Amino acid sequence: MIPELGHFALALAVALALAQSLCALLGAARADARWMASGAALAYGHTIAVGSAFAALIWSAVTDDFSVQNVVENSHSLKPLLYKITGVWGNHEGSIVLWCLMLALCGAAVAGFGRSLPSILRARVIGILGLNAAGFLLFTLLTSNPLLRVWPTPLDGRDMNPLLQDPGLAFHPPLLYAGYVGFAVPFAFAVAALIEGCVDAAWGRWVRPWALASWSLLTGGIALGSWWAYYELGWGGYWFWDPVENASLLPWLTGTALLHSAIVVEKREALKTWTVLLAIATFSLSLSGTFLVRSGILNSVHSFASDPTRGIFILVLLLAVIGGSLILFAWRAPALGSTGLFAPVSREGALVLNNIFICSIAVVVFTGTLYPLFAELVFGAKLSVGAPFFNATVLPLAAPVLLAMVVGQILPWKRAALGPALLRLWWAALIAAAVGLSVALGLRALLPALGFAGAAWLIFGSFGEIIERIRLFRIPLATSCARLKGLPLAVWAATIAHAGMGITVAGIVGMSLAREKIVAISPGEAVTLAAYDWRLDGLRDGAGSNFRERIADISVWRDGALVVRLTPARRSFTTQRMETTETSIHTTGFADLYSVLGEERDGKAILRLHYNFLAPWIWIGALIMSLGGFLSVADRRLRVGAPARRPAQSVPAA
Amino acid sequence: MNPISRRLMFLGPLGLLAVGGGAGALLLHRMADGSFDPRGVPSVLIDKPAPKFSLAPQAGHPGFDGAALVTAGTPVLINFFASWCLPCIAEAPQLLALQKRGLQIWGVAYKDREESTARFLAQHGNPFSRIARDAEGNAALEFGVYGVPETYLIDKTGIVRWRWVGALSDNVIARALDPLLAKYA
Amino acid sequence: MIRLLVLWLTLTASAFAVSNPAELLPDPAQEYRARALGQRLRCLVCQNNSVEESEADFARDLRRVIRERVKAGEDDAQVITWMTARYGDFVRLSPAFSAQTVLLWASPFLALLAGGAAVVLARRRQMPPPVPLTDVEREAVRKLSGS
Repeated sequence: MIPELGHFALALAVALALAQSLCALLGAARADARWMASGAALAYGHTIAVGSAFAALIWSAVTDDFSVQNVVENSHSLKPLLYKITGVWGNHEGSIVLWCLMLALCGAAVAGFGRSLPSILRARVIGILGLNAAGFLLFTLLTSNPLLRVWPTPLDGRDMNPLLQDPGLAFHPPLLYAGYVGFAVPFAFAVAALIEGCVDAAWGRWVRPWALASWSLLTGGIALGSWWAYYELGWGGYWFWDPVENASLLPWLTGTALLHSAIVVEKREALKTWTVLLAIATFSLSLSGTFLVRSGILNSVHSFASDPTRGIFILVLLLAVIGGSLILFAWRAPALGSTGLFAPVSREGALVLNNIFICSIAVVVFTGTLYPLFAELVFGAKLSVGAPFFNATVLPLAAPVLLAMVVGQILPWKRAALGPALLRLWWAALIAAAVGLSVALGLRALLPALGFAGAAWLIFGSFGEIIERIRLFRIPLATSCARLKGLPLAVWAATIAHAGMGITVAGIVGMSLAREKIVAISPGEAVTLAAYDWRLDGLRDGAGSNFRERIADISVWRDGALVVRLTPARRSFTTQRMETTETSIHTTGFADLYSVLGEERDGKAILRLHYNFLAPWIWIGALIMSLGGFLSVADRRLRVGAPARRPAQSVPAA
Repeated sequence: MNPISRRLMFLGPLGLLAVGGGAGALLLHRMADGSFDPRGVPSVLIDKPAPKFSLAPQAGHPGFDGAALVTAGTPVLINFFASWCLPCIAEAPQLLALQKRGLQIWGVAYKDREESTARFLAQHGNPFSRIARDAEGNAALEFGVYGVPETYLIDKTGIVRWRWVGALSDNVIARALDPLLAKYA
Repeated sequence: MIRLLVLWLTLTASAFAVSNPAELLPDPAQEYRARALGQRLRCLVCQNNSVEESEADFARDLRRVIRERVKAGEDDAQVITWMTARYGDFVRLSPAFSAQTVLLWASPFLALLAGGAAVVLARRRQMPPPVPLTDVEREAVRKLSGS
C-alpha cells in the first residue's frame, strides 16, 4: 500500500510541478498577482508530494518490503538500519528521487525566503524551477521509478555494494546534490533576467546568496566525498581525477567564478552578460555531469547500471533545459547593455582575472574528461586522460589564482595601483618567505618549500583586507578594535573562505610529503615509520550483521609512549561476495596515521602504513571555505539598504 | 565589432551545445548497437604478426609456441583460459561447437596448476587440439591479455585478425567471428 | 628541469594498492621511479585505477614487469613503449603529444587566450576615444579644483 501511495505522490508531483510552472510563468506574463501567488503555493504542494514519495521509498526500505524492485536490488534484511535508510539514495533510482526532492525544495525556498523579491521576478524563478522539476519527475516516473513492485516476491534482497555501507553515504550524496541542484536557483534567476531583459545591481545582490549557499553545500559535498574515498578505498589517495569527481568539480569551478563575477554585477553593474552565462553554465554542467555518469558513456568508479533509453531521456531533457536557456541567451543577452568601463588594476580587474583563470581550469578539466569520447568519435582512437594530465595542466593554472587572490582582495574598486597594494602585504610576504625558507632548509626540497610558502601567503594574506579596513597600527588600537566590530560579515566571510583555501593548499602540499611502508610482519614484530613505532599486537576474527572480518591490532608508539591503537580490517560481505579493506586512521591534527590490512601469508600479515602529513587540513580547509560561504549568506540577509530597483520599492536582500 | 558578428558570438554557446548533444546522441546510439564500449580496449595486435613466445605443453597434449602459429597453415583460434575462471566454463559449449565445425582451437592455460587444468578439461570437455601452459602469464603479457577468457583469431600466415575479451557467445560468433573465418579461410 | 617536472607530476598524493612487500625493489631510487611509472599507466581491469593502485591480478603483473625493467636499467620511455606496444595508447594515463591530442594539450593555452581576447575585445568596444573638453568645461574644472 505504502509504495502505491508513494507512486501516486510521484505522479501527483509531476502535475503539481507543471501547474506551479504554468501558474507562475503565466501569472508573471500577465502581471496577475493571484496566479503568481498560486504558483508559490503550488511549489509547497509539489515539495510535499515529492517528500511523500521519498518517505514512502524510505519506509519500504526500512520495513524490508521485498516486493519493491528497488529494495530487492539494493537492500537485504540483515543490512544495518542506517544503511537501509541511506541505501535509498545509494542507487540510481533513489538518488534521482532525492535530486527531485532537492529541486522541489529550491522552489519552496524561493517561495518562502524570496518574499522581498519583486513579485514578478520571484514568480518567474519559481516557474522556471517548476518546469525543470517537472522534467526530472517525468524522467523518474518513466525510466527510473523506484517504487515499482516485483512478482514473485523474493525472500530477501541482493544487498548493497559494501563500499557504500558506510556513514559517508549518509552525508556525501545529499550535500553534493543540494549543491548541484541549488545552482538551479541562480540558473532560474538568469533565465528570468533574460526574459525580463534586465540585469542590474539588485539582480546581482539577489542571486548571490543562492549561489553562495549552493557553492557552500557543493564544497562540503565534494570535500566529504574526497574524505570518504580517502578512508574507504584505502589507497591513501584523496583525489583521483575520476570522471565523477571531475563532474562535481566543474560546477564548483564555474560556481566559484559565478560568486565572484556576481560581486562585480552588484558593485559595478559590469560583467552582466558574462554572469548570466556563468549561471546558466554552472547548472548546465551539474546536469551534464549527471548525464555523462548515468548514461554510462564515461568510464567511472561510480558505475550506475547503464541503460541507453535512460541516457536518451536525460539527453533530451538536458538539451531542452540548456538549449532553451541558451536560445534565450542568444536572443536577449545582446540587449542587456554594455558593461561599465573599468581599469585592469582594480578590484573588478582582479575578479576578471580570477574568472579567466578559474574558467580556464574548468575548460581544461572539461576537455580532459571528454577528450576520450572526442578522440573516439573524430579519430576512432582509444586513449585515456587521467591524473598525470590533470596534475600537469591544472596546477600551473591554479597557482597564479592562488597567489593573486590575496592581492585582489585588498585592491580598491574602480582604480588602483599594484605597487602600494603589494607593499601593504609586506608582512604576509615575510611570513611566507620565512615558512618557505625553513621548509627549504629543513627538507632540502624546492617544490614543497614553494608550496608551503604559497599556502602561508594565502592563509595570512587573506587577513590583509581586514587589517586594511581597521587600519591596524596606523590609528589607535582602540579605534581599530571598534572598526573591527563594525566590519560587515561579508568581509569576514571572504577572509575565512580564502584562508580555508590556503589551509587546503597546505594540506595538499603536505600530502606530497606523505610517507608509507608496505611490510609483512608476524604478531609481536614492529616497524618504524616517521618517528613512530608501529607494532602488530595480533590478528583476530570478528563479525557484523552482514559481514565477517579479520582485524589487525596495531599499537603505535612514540618515544616509548603509546600514541594510539589502530584496528584496520578486511571485511568479506556474504551476500555480495565482496571484500573490502577497512582502514584505521588516527588524526593528530598535523598528520594522519593511516593503516591498511592486506593479505596474510605464512603467519605474516601484510600491512600498509602511511604517515600522511597535514592530510586532515585538506578537508578542514574545505569545510572552512564552506563555512565562509554560509557566513556570507547570513550577512546578506541581515543587511539592509540593498540598491532598490524601482524608487518606490525598498528591497532588502533575500 | 559589428553588430552581426556580436550576435554570432552570443550564438556560440548554443552551437557548442548542439555539437555536444549530437555527439552524445551518436555515442548512445553506438552504445546501444554495441559498436561503442566505453570500457573496451582494442588489441594493438590486429593485422600484425602474432607475438613470439615459447611455453611448456600440458601433460598428455601436444603444445605449441609462437612459430607454430605461422607453420600451422590454417586459421587458428587461440583461447586463454583457466580452471578458476567462471566465464571460461560458460563459453566451453561454444568452443566445443566451433571445434566440431573443424576449426583449430589451441588453448593457453593461464596461471593454472597442471592438475586443475586436467580436471577442468575432463569436466567441461576439451575443445583444444593443442594446449600450452602459461604458468607465469608471460605469453599473456606478450599478447596484451588482461583477463581470461580472451580469444584471438590468427590467420594461416600467422597474422592476428581478431580478439575477443570475455566469454564467446553464439551471437558474438555469428556476428563477428564467422565473417572473419570466411574471409581468412 | 625534468626532475622538477616529475616532482610536479607526483605532487598530488600517492596512492597504492595493498601489495606484497616482496614486489618492491630494494633500491629506493629505483622503487620510486617504478612507482611513478606505475602511476602513469592505467589498469585495464579496474579502469579507474592506475596500475599502482589497482588490486587486480593484471595490475600486479604489470607492477612486476615495470620493476623488472627498471631493475634491468631501462629508462621511462622504454618501459612506456613496452606497455603501449601491447596495450595501445589506452594504457597511458597521460596521452602522448600527437596530432590526435594537440587540442587536449593546447586546451590550457587556448582557454587563457580566449579569456584574454574576450577582455581585450570588451575593453576596445567600451573605450570610445576621450572627447576633448570644451572651453566651458575646462573653466568649470578650474573652478571646481579651486585653482
